[in-house]
Amino acid sequence: MFEQFLDTILKADFLFSIIRITAPILFAALGAVVAEKAGVVNIGLEGIMSISALFGVLFSYWTQSWLVGVLGALVVGVLLGLLIGFFALKLKTDIILAGIAVNMIGGGGTIFLLYMFTGMRGNTGALVSQNILIPTINIPLIKSIPILGESISGHSVLTYLAFILVFLIAGLLYKTSLGLNIRAVGENDQAAQSVGISVLRIKYIAIGISGALAGLGGAFMSMYYSQGWNSGMIAGRGFIALAAQAMGRTEPIGTMLSSLLFGFAQALRTKVSGLQGVSSYLVSLIPYVFTIVGLVLYAISTTKKVHKYRQTQAEAVEA
Amino acid sequence: MENDNFIIQMKGISKVYPNGIAANRNVDFFVKEGEIHALMGENGAGKSTLMKILFGLEQPTEGEIIINGEEVSLTSPSDAISRGIGMVHQHFMLIPSLTVAENIVLGMAPIKKGILIDYKKAVQITEEVSQKYNLNVNPNAKVMDIPVGMKQKVEILKALVRGANILILDEPTAVLTTQETSELFKELIILKQLGYTIIFISHKLNEIKQITDRLTIMRGGKSMGVYETASTSEQEISRLMVGRDVILNVEKDKSQPTETVLKVRNLEYTNKWNKKMLDFLSFSVRQGEILGIAGVEGNGQRELVEMLFNLNTPDSGTITVNGVNIINLPQDKIRDNRVSLIPEDRMTYGIADAASIEENVISDRYTEKHFNNGPLFDMKMIHKESDKLIKNYAILCKSRKQQVKMLSGGNIQKVVVARELSSDPILIIADQPTRGIDVGSTEFIRNKLVHLSRAGAAVLLVSADLNEVMELSDSLIVLYGGKVVAYFDDTSALDDTVMGEYMLGLKHQSPEEIERVCHE
Ligand SMILES: Nc1ncnc2c1ncn2[C@@H]1O[C@H](COP(=O)(O)OP(=O)(O)OP(=O)(O)O)[C@@H](O)[C@H]1O
Ligand SMILES: [Mg+2]
Repeated sequence: MFEQFLDTILKADFLFSIIRITAPILFAALGAVVAEKAGVVNIGLEGIMSISALFGVLFSYWTQSWLVGVLGALVVGVLLGLLIGFFALKLKTDIILAGIAVNMIGGGGTIFLLYMFTGMRGNTGALVSQNILIPTINIPLIKSIPILGESISGHSVLTYLAFILVFLIAGLLYKTSLGLNIRAVGENDQAAQSVGISVLRIKYIAIGISGALAGLGGAFMSMYYSQGWNSGMIAGRGFIALAAQAMGRTEPIGTMLSSLLFGFAQALRTKVSGLQGVSSYLVSLIPYVFTIVGLVLYAISTTKKVHKYRQTQAEAVEA
Repeated sequence: MENDNFIIQMKGISKVYPNGIAANRNVDFFVKEGEIHALMGENGAGKSTLMKILFGLEQPTEGEIIINGEEVSLTSPSDAISRGIGMVHQHFMLIPSLTVAENIVLGMAPIKKGILIDYKKAVQITEEVSQKYNLNVNPNAKVMDIPVGMKQKVEILKALVRGANILILDEPTAVLTTQETSELFKELIILKQLGYTIIFISHKLNEIKQITDRLTIMRGGKSMGVYETASTSEQEISRLMVGRDVILNVEKDKSQPTETVLKVRNLEYTNKWNKKMLDFLSFSVRQGEILGIAGVEGNGQRELVEMLFNLNTPDSGTITVNGVNIINLPQDKIRDNRVSLIPEDRMTYGIADAASIEENVISDRYTEKHFNNGPLFDMKMIHKESDKLIKNYAILCKSRKQQVKMLSGGNIQKVVVARELSSDPILIIADQPTRGIDVGSTEFIRNKLVHLSRAGAAVLLVSADLNEVMELSDSLIVLYGGKVVAYFDDTSALDDTVMGEYMLGLKHQSPEEIERVCHE
């Protein structure tokens, strides 16, 4: 059985599916990174993904252009991010509650929106046609390398974008003054304020970017991965993204690695459940076990952060 | 005003915080161009509040501000910065994970290629200002790795690099050692000669006398007037601040030590960086005496206090209180043995900042019978107890329900002191008991410690303030490299120079002399 298992996971198509499964988690996880760096917790990633996913399909259907669909999803993501920001920063609701509200809209509200716009119930099956799905690319040279070529080439435009964004976000955070301001605000907003940085503006920008990234993740899901929108399709990816961000220590590269780990877990589950003699119930646990481990690590890292915060506070008071 | 060379005029400033506390009441505050102006007052007098208003961090409820002859409205720090005001806050305003250079250019980072930060330029800017003002910092070090003295310099450079010509320094010397303070003063004098205006807040009268030209005194949110520093005595200043005469020297009769309470023997501890912090440390403290620990910071004082309250475990050695071993004993059991601790780090170990004053002062005694009615608290008794402590320790607050974090720095310290000294202790570990506290309260706390020791408590005093240790202790030991290098059973004949030699490790007593501190 073990050999059979090795056989399955050492194949190109397994690598291919890891990358494919990782991409939407990675989009949202990068969104979590940007928000967290600015000291705002975007727990609404799940809802943003779901709503953007719906609008991606709708926009592409209305314009018959996949690009407009993706951009539409991105804009909706930004708006939802800003909405969370508005509730939390302007109206001073708890940011966790604001995020939960968006998640609930993502769960139930989308079904209503779909019905309102199209009269359909539950999914968009009838709206999607091949021309409005996100296209895939074959990479000329790499394509012909055995195994590697097969697993790396032939992904969708957005899949590649997700991995390119890892480096763009890293550059944004560590090489630009916006990034410096974001990190400063997240670490000590009073200090940032005292040098004349507008803390509110930076937080809005960060949560807006976070929303945009989750929006792209949503578009990926409905316009490529599942080829259409249906309720419940995000299936916890927004939360897994939070775990990935935490496991990745809120660093872009680390977050990519932990997203890949979750992608691996998910792909493994799909593969292993096809094998004989393996309890399907046990197998279906795999991604959740990974998630729980991730969240435990998250809890540990936050406790540490609280401790560090207390220490800086104490130093501050001594001063 | 009559004179026109006032660079800052704050007229009729009032500030009522959202929780109803009136921190400033109709305050006038005028500063002349090019002077060093002291702002003094007891804890909670409203000094930091007034300065936050001048820096645009808080909005006044009433009053006007005129800078350089022009009426201004300062709604954010950027307004104040653009008017040439820079502030070094009572609490550090630095980003620990960023480098010194990044902290200095934060909010105005130099840019290359349109969007990228020009880090080299940032380092260059840092080096330039640091040379120009002779404030040496290491541009590439992360702020979390640099000592407090350098952090203070970074804060000053941050203000200067933004073009400040008016500097507000809110208790900049509270965390500095004596050497660092005198270095800072040299730099402030240079700035003054260059034409800068400096507002300086401190509770230390000698510093005020040494460096300032004029001073404004605040009490209870009001201004008590402006004085020429040179023609005002320390006595007068403290009387104006407190409203009565303050006896700056503690008066105490000779101690009559009796039974040994605390026995520390052969304590050893190596920290995780493999540095030996406690090296066969032995001493004892007896009932009726105050034993002071002098020493340059980092010579084992912190570790010792941690061991005494089981916040850390020694590698070997014994600690007993009245014969009971307290190593690895939970803190509540240590307290059951009538030990109390005024910790150095009050925000972490002293209080729960989001809880109320009342909850904090009863946190060590809420299980006692008379605070309980069966399974429920007897709230009447609890209120009575906390009101009594607030009154006895003069904690300035709106009510016992006020959150501790809303108090001024010095009043937070008083909450800790009130709880720790009122629990009928037999051993009091007082680590920096008067840090950040005004003269009146300092006098109060010192007298309280003397009183408790004369009534039979053993007091172990740790303080970075050499004057405090020498004045308050009956006997003292000097720690150097985790060892006792000197023991004086009588502190009345000591002088700073001799102490300095022991503290710097240039001199040490013979083992026989040192051994005298170990009583059975
Ligand atoms: N953010 C706040 N909200 C409510 N009340 C506050 C706040 N900050 C300060 N206060 C209250 O305002 C009063 C003045 O505080 P302030 O910090 O100005 O005193 P201070 O003179 O700087 O004292 P210290 O010497 O202890 O630093 C205090 O009674 C304090 O409890
Ligand atoms: Mg203050």
